[in-house]
Amino acid sequence: MATIKKFMYVNRKAPYGTVYALESLEVVLIGAAFDQDVSLAFVDDGVYQIMKGQDTSGIEVKNFSPIYSALGDYEVTKLYVEKESMEERGLTLDDLMPLVYEDEDDDWAEKDSITVVSRAEMAELLEQQDVLFNF
Amino acid sequence: MALVVDGKEFETDEEGYLANINDWVEGVATAMSAEDELELTDEHWDIIRFLREYYEEYQIAPAVRILTKAVAKRMGKEKGNSKYLYSLFPYGPGKQACRYAGLPKPTGCV
Amino acid sequence: MSTLHTVNKSPFEKNSMSSCLSHSVADSAILMIEDGVYGAIKNTSIAGDIDSAVKEKSIYVLGPDLKARGLNEDQLIDGISVVDYAGFVELVCANDKVQNWL
Repeated sequence: MATIKKFMYVNRKAPYGTVYALESLEVVLIGAAFDQDVSLAFVDDGVYQIMKGQDTSGIEVKNFSPIYSALGDYEVTKLYVEKESMEERGLTLDDLMPLVYEDEDDDWAEKDSITVVSRAEMAELLEQQDVLFNF
Repeated sequence: MALVVDGKEFETDEEGYLANINDWVEGVATAMSAEDELELTDEHWDIIRFLREYYEEYQIAPAVRILTKAVAKRMGKEKGNSKYLYSLFPYGPGKQACRYAGLPKPTGCV
Repeated sequence: MSTLHTVNKSPFEKNSMSSCLSHSVADSAILMIEDGVYGAIKNTSIAGDIDSAVKEKSIYVLGPDLKARGLNEDQLIDGISVVDYAGFVELVCANDKVQNWL
């Protein structure tokens, strides 16, 4: 078996204003087929991607925020959100969608996918990866 | 391209997927399956309805392995396995069932 | 001569918002649209700048763009008004010209 690599998708853009957020999600879903050790980072404006209560009916653009809830099905269960990025934007964990996954190895117990990390911890996480995908 | 069901035209893309998921009616699935010379049974409809609910909730057409796992979780292992799903949808449960359900081609399918 | 200024970039990514604030005179109208609406939220690192601007300029934010991003009126800095697309058009008509801070 090939060596499993640590893949991290680094999301730094707000949704809708540009296409980066949706493109990242699509690559994550496609990449999930390759059985690597995948995680997602939400840094800077990227934290806006997982805001709860998004309703795009007024701007005639697809609301793709429900897709983040399907990531657990794709075994993408490590979502790191940077604390300082939230604070600079006046946000707390309560403003984000409660993203969860069911742990196959723990009798399908529901667990949180989101981990809030400090900027220093995020820097460490980036350092630990084999491959970084930037959006 | 267009599919005609009961005299009404439904726009489809070059691979036969419905252009607008909200246009879907059951007749779309029946007409598409008839073109494939397949008769839809209750078992087919269970999967088609499951896919529509999945899309409603998550806004994506699941890849076949995700569909299989999700069906297993919801309807049990005897339905949530690829042998069973391929027996229902021989062209591939991801692509064929999604097409009948009016969903886009699953993300990650080529 | 009156000017409507629009800002469509996130204030945390581009300097469009700060440039707009420093290049608009008193009594100007400023409309935040698209990713610019993130500037209208309370308790952010730039909220102080917007707070000062609200005192001498009319600041608006486009409602459909707020809603799309999961934001609501309760989260807005005091003094900012929400407009819909018709309100956007009215602002354009009520001013002599438009400066877009892209």
